[in-house]
Amino acid sequence: MNLVWKLLKQHISIPQFTGFFFANLFGMLIVLFGYQFYKDVQPIFNSGDSFLKTEYLIVSKKMAFGGYTNTFTETEISNFSSQSFVDKLGKFTSADYKVDVNIGISGQSVLSSEFFFESVPDSFVGISQKDWQFSATERTVPIILPRAYITMYNFGFAQSHALPKVSEGIMGLMDVDLFLHGNGKNGQLKGKVIGFSSRISTILVPQSFMDWSNKEFSSGKTSQPNRLIVKVKSPVDGQIATFLDDNHYEVDQDKLATEKTTYFLKLIVSVVMVIGLIISVLSFYILMLSIYLLLQKNSDKLENLLLIGYSPGQAARPYQLLTIFLNLAVLCIAVAAVFLLRGYYMDMLYQIFPAMEEASVLPSLLLGILLFVVVSAINMYAVKHRIMMIWRRK
Amino acid sequence: MEKIHLINVLPHVFLQAKELKSEVWEHELSFEKGKVYLVEAVSGKGKSTLCSYLIGYRDDYSGKLLFDDEDTKAYKAKDWGKARTHALSYLFQELRLFPELTAYENVEIKNKLTHFKSKEQIRELFRQLEIEDKRDQKVGLMSFGQQQRVAMIRALAQPFDFIIADEPVSHLDDRNARIMGEIMLQEARNQGAGVIVTSIGKHMDFNYDKTLKL
Repeated sequence: MNLVWKLLKQHISIPQFTGFFFANLFGMLIVLFGYQFYKDVQPIFNSGDSFLKTEYLIVSKKMAFGGYTNTFTETEISNFSSQSFVDKLGKFTSADYKVDVNIGISGQSVLSSEFFFESVPDSFVGISQKDWQFSATERTVPIILPRAYITMYNFGFAQSHALPKVSEGIMGLMDVDLFLHGNGKNGQLKGKVIGFSSRISTILVPQSFMDWSNKEFSSGKTSQPNRLIVKVKSPVDGQIATFLDDNHYEVDQDKLATEKTTYFLKLIVSVVMVIGLIISVLSFYILMLSIYLLLQKNSDKLENLLLIGYSPGQAARPYQLLTIFLNLAVLCIAVAAVFLLRGYYMDMLYQIFPAMEEASVLPSLLLGILLFVVVSAINMYAVKHRIMMIWRRK
Repeated sequence: MEKIHLINVLPHVFLQAKELKSEVWEHELSFEKGKVYLVEAVSGKGKSTLCSYLIGYRDDYSGKLLFDDEDTKAYKAKDWGKARTHALSYLFQELRLFPELTAYENVEIKNKLTHFKSKEQIRELFRQLEIEDKRDQKVGLMSFGQQQRVAMIRALAQPFDFIIADEPVSHLDDRNARIMGEIMLQEARNQGAGVIVTSIGKHMDFNYDKTLKL
């Protein structure tokens, strides 16, 4: 191979290949960095709300003066669910009894207050059905707490009582005692915190528990829901806003703000990644042009190699190895640079969001490898194709 | 390969030719392993064209060219590669050496494919052809006669059933032409191979089994 290489390296243009190398490096770097940055920042916007997917709208009526009720009637609900943009609709069920909750951490009572439970149909809660079940015999209720509670504890209570701050990772250490009163009965149950949500300012319990407890402790009157959870077919459907406005309904504002931020983040990252991809594609063209020019300049040599018995594959190999080597070097440097930059911004992010969950670097590594494989495969094919053309004397 | 069989082969460029007096074109003939052939022609009769058909460099002809019973039009790049390294040796009229490489490297680049000759055997051929002192010289700096001898050594660095030499001695003096002819014939005999030599005048002084006029 070294003799063939000695022969075929003639006419290799160092400036052209250097140009390709840096162009491809920047392209790859931008693509990988954009992707990794998005992966790292995304959890901040979506944290914990894997329980209630962001595409679910939580709809309530606008508060009105003058004795209007803010509950939804059956007619309104059936009208809502018959809208074409609605995929699935669920009602919030409220507990029709008194609940006292006592939350403690490591034996210290942190919060003791009267609350009320709410539930949504289980299919809206993104937790495996095994963890989101209540059985009357075990008397343990899985619950989802508002994220504000953890903030309240960390920045209010823990600070003033010189207690360690907690993260969501150790929420299992929380002792939650539930005291239920109603219908002339009292009940005490254990609560098990299985997650936090910033979407719901209530304590969310499984529908099965709600049905059981309402039967046990409720006075018997059925109340209409004041909030609905709606899965829409497409969140960008213009009909949604029109329908909500016409009926004086409103959706969770906080969620919309997050949604907008996430949307812009996605948009910016997409633009950056597209620019990176364009640079990559252009650099790929530079490489292909350089290789074609090289093959053209060396076509006599290649033809002679073929005529003395070298197969097109053998004649193509030096150039294929050259491109793979260049692509591999680009991949390695780009990945190393992304990790370096990432270490820098991750430190800053951790200072701002200590509870942030770390995203994996594997997806961007795989993306890099995928780009490498695709680009190298096309390079190899193009070189072989060009040499086959020399073989066919075209 | 035992036999190269031509059936009514005619280059496309001769399709319009009216009076084609040829013993090769539009005839049925065979080159057999172990025999020595001379193909004589004046310029423009398609001597190099015939060679390029035999080596698979061109296929712009009508008729059939068979290696044993296989139609070479069905040959793929891989098959020709195999034929060119193991069955057919070809001494190009235009030599097709690599001027950037030394004389020895030009032989080595072929021998690396075939692993047919040892370093000592190659050295011996350089000595016999009296270009031993040019072994490490770039081919581009050598005279055409010297280059012809390098090309001959390269052609011998492979096993073959037929060796095709397109005007092999055009630029050699009689003494060197005789030496080269002897070496080629000896190598062909050792391998039991057939020899096809073309010429437009000056040719190697062999006992040809058959002489064909193109």
